[in-house]
Amino acid sequence: MPLIALTAGDWFGQVENWVFLVIALVMLVGSFRVVTSPNVVHAVLALVAALAASAALFLLLGAEFVAWTVVLVYIGAVVVLFLFGIMITRAPLGHETALSHPFRVRAGAALVSGALFLLIGGALLDAFSGQRIEEPATATRTADIGQSMFERFVIPFEVVSVVLLAALIGGIVLARRDPESTVAGEGSR
Amino acid sequence: MLINQFLLLGAALFALGVYGVLSRRNAVLVLLSVELMLAAVNINLVVFDIALGDTLAGGQIFALFVIAIAAAEVGIGLAIVLLIYRNRHSANVDELDLMKL
Repeated sequence: MPLIALTAGDWFGQVENWVFLVIALVMLVGSFRVVTSPNVVHAVLALVAALAASAALFLLLGAEFVAWTVVLVYIGAVVVLFLFGIMITRAPLGHETALSHPFRVRAGAALVSGALFLLIGGALLDAFSGQRIEEPATATRTADIGQSMFERFVIPFEVVSVVLLAALIGGIVLARRDPESTVAGEGSR
Repeated sequence: MLINQFLLLGAALFALGVYGVLSRRNAVLVLLSVELMLAAVNINLVVFDIALGDTLAGGQIFALFVIAIAAAEVGIGLAIVLLIYRNRHSANVDELDLMKL
């Protein structure tokens, strides 16, 4: 990939970079709220914002099929599953500081994640500095993705379907109440 | 567009996910933070796929696989959290010390 010097003026001159900045802002604020919000439901809704921003990022890159899959699977199914999990486990719905560890642990966690970000960021700046993505002329065609998935990647695809079946059965087996224990220990639910 | 702007965003998202996993006490919120980390991985896969111009679209297909595995992981994870809640009447990860000496 050619190393072309890119000035800040050039960067801000491209309209897709402004779109990127808006998306990045939504994503960072959303994910920050996910990990800090004192309200469980607000955290899940912030996750919706962060995932919607990642779908918008995929659209910006021309990866349409992945973008709509994120919307369908993550925002449509996974978030609803999380809301069900919150309702079932009766996580405290009001403002509750006990959702996070005490300040001492949180400071350590911030230190670890900050160091991780600096490490990854330094490595990225070292490795990919100045490299550009050519503007995708057309979006990746869904037909091409399907072609590739069912020819080159058909075995992983089948393995994933087995994994999903195993997860389905495992989820039912784990979450199901044993019939005898319901009768015997009715008080202990 | 630079490659690094996307990669740094993914790194920030991953770091926030790590912070959430370490700092959250409620098991459901820990799973939520894991989802953030998986989303960061998806961004990296798609960005490299577009940047390299893969004719097989391998990065995008792996992102789809990650999404499918994440859905399975959430299902199993929430079932386990539900089971723990039913047995211990709490979904806080610091109260699950049954295997501690």
